[in-house]
Amino acid sequence: MKDQTPLSERIITRGIQITGYSSVLFVVLILYFLISQGAPALFEAPLKSLAGIRWYPIENYFGIIPLILGSLVVTIGAAVIAIPFGVGTAIFISEVAPQWLKEILKPLVEILAGFPSVMLGFLGILVVSPSLRRLFDLPTGLTALAGSLLLAGIAIPTIVSISEDALNTVPRSYREASWAIGATQWQTIWGVTLPAARSGVLTAVILGIGRSIGETMTVMMVTGNAPVLPIHLNSFISPIRTMTATIASEMGEVATGSTHYHVLFLIGIILFLISLIVNVTASAIVFRQPKRAERILS
Amino acid sequence: MVNLALAWAEAYQKIKPDVRISVTGGGSGTGIAALLNGTVSIANASRAIKSEEIDTAKKNGVDPVEFVVARDAIAVIVHPKNPVNRLTLQQISDIYSGNINNWSEVGGENRPIVRLSRETNSGTHVYFLETVLRLGSKDNKTFFSMDTLLLPSSEGITAEVSDNPNAIGYDGLGYMVPEVKMLAVAKEAASGFIIPSAETVNDGTYPISRDLYMYTNGQPVNEIKAYLEWIISPTAQEIVTKLGFVPVKSTSAGSTP
Repeated sequence: MKDQTPLSERIITRGIQITGYSSVLFVVLILYFLISQGAPALFEAPLKSLAGIRWYPIENYFGIIPLILGSLVVTIGAAVIAIPFGVGTAIFISEVAPQWLKEILKPLVEILAGFPSVMLGFLGILVVSPSLRRLFDLPTGLTALAGSLLLAGIAIPTIVSISEDALNTVPRSYREASWAIGATQWQTIWGVTLPAARSGVLTAVILGIGRSIGETMTVMMVTGNAPVLPIHLNSFISPIRTMTATIASEMGEVATGSTHYHVLFLIGIILFLISLIVNVTASAIVFRQPKRAERILS
Repeated sequence: MVNLALAWAEAYQKIKPDVRISVTGGGSGTGIAALLNGTVSIANASRAIKSEEIDTAKKNGVDPVEFVVARDAIAVIVHPKNPVNRLTLQQISDIYSGNINNWSEVGGENRPIVRLSRETNSGTHVYFLETVLRLGSKDNKTFFSMDTLLLPSSEGITAEVSDNPNAIGYDGLGYMVPEVKMLAVAKEAASGFIIPSAETVNDGTYPISRDLYMYTNGQPVNEIKAYLEWIISPTAQEIVTKLGFVPVKSTSAGSTP
């Protein structure tokens, strides 16, 4: 049978196909570039140095563990703050707030999402970190906590905006069924609406965390950038140094092709792997086989 | 020294509108590396060229010629309410290496010391490490204490020092603001404590001062020659003073390091 599709349509289909494949291609190319520039670090820098706890690259100390843990501490802190706030705000906007308030809040949150992070950094230096120092009587306010607070500020709009969309797509009939059997509004939200929007909310959380682990400018300005191993309980209120801040502040100066340069790319690979793990875990949860009860219900 | 280079370029282009000078920051290493790669005509550096860099230059067929264009001093700064007014180089070294952790050990209040430093890619960082932390000795392997805060900008340092009475910081004399207090520094306790200023830097009494350089590839010709001659002229050296650096007095001809 002859293909009846008009030429223009076939071109459009092909065009869309190419853009779809190109994102895969770009990820592969970026990965190739990262590995080709970062892998030499494993041979050039002694493993003892890489696994060490001192990061002082101008004298060939390349201990990356403090940087990895530094990033994790800030990101976990940001997640602990941002997830309850973000999801809570989304539930309020979608389920509780009256229509007029909804129409004010949603655009406001989206404006917040477009706020340049360097401005948040200024806010951090001038307001957040001095107040943290006074509030907790710390030696300095330039700490992981300041970074976490500001990163939460960056992650929250993403989480709110996407979670709210997900909650909105839950059919009204679900809620009506829940109210019909006598559930309160809170029981409906917690037991019906939120689980039904689970995959969307989870995507929102992952994207929010993804934004905060990759965020550079803000953490560079407020975390103090001291490459200390954050293993004590008070590490949260001490200065730390993240992987992103290290790459950003050192890449401009480093001699192309030197060990330091390759180690910075190695840090890039680690960052890439971390976000890959986060994403894979997320999709594993989202796409897991529904339980039997859920299959019957849906 | 990017502020200075920018101010010079701006002033020069007002005098000679047909000459275009673009200035990029990033640290002394960046500038010298760019000169060696042939991407810039002049490299500004707040430290002298290293022997490895001269080797690379020779390999690339570049012949770096050195000009001293201004002088700079590093001021050690604290919060204005900090009662400490003076420190010896040895005390500053002990503070930054983590041997002294409380202001009471150097005659101040009972407060923890928060150490602030410029990032490792800054020429100021390296200069401070070599001259103060290691007291100018090549065999000295003292490190910055690991909990030293590395701030990416001068503004970050002055903002924290002017707000935090625990903090000690250092930065170029050109970056000083009235909100911070400069300490008098002595090479040794017996040699007298000197507050940094244009006079004390030029007469060589202030211990933490250095020369600022421009490097060209080979003896400069035409436009670049004219520019470098203008830079050591009194007009251009006035800009140096205005920015808080210290002007060079003698006319220094280019020399191969």
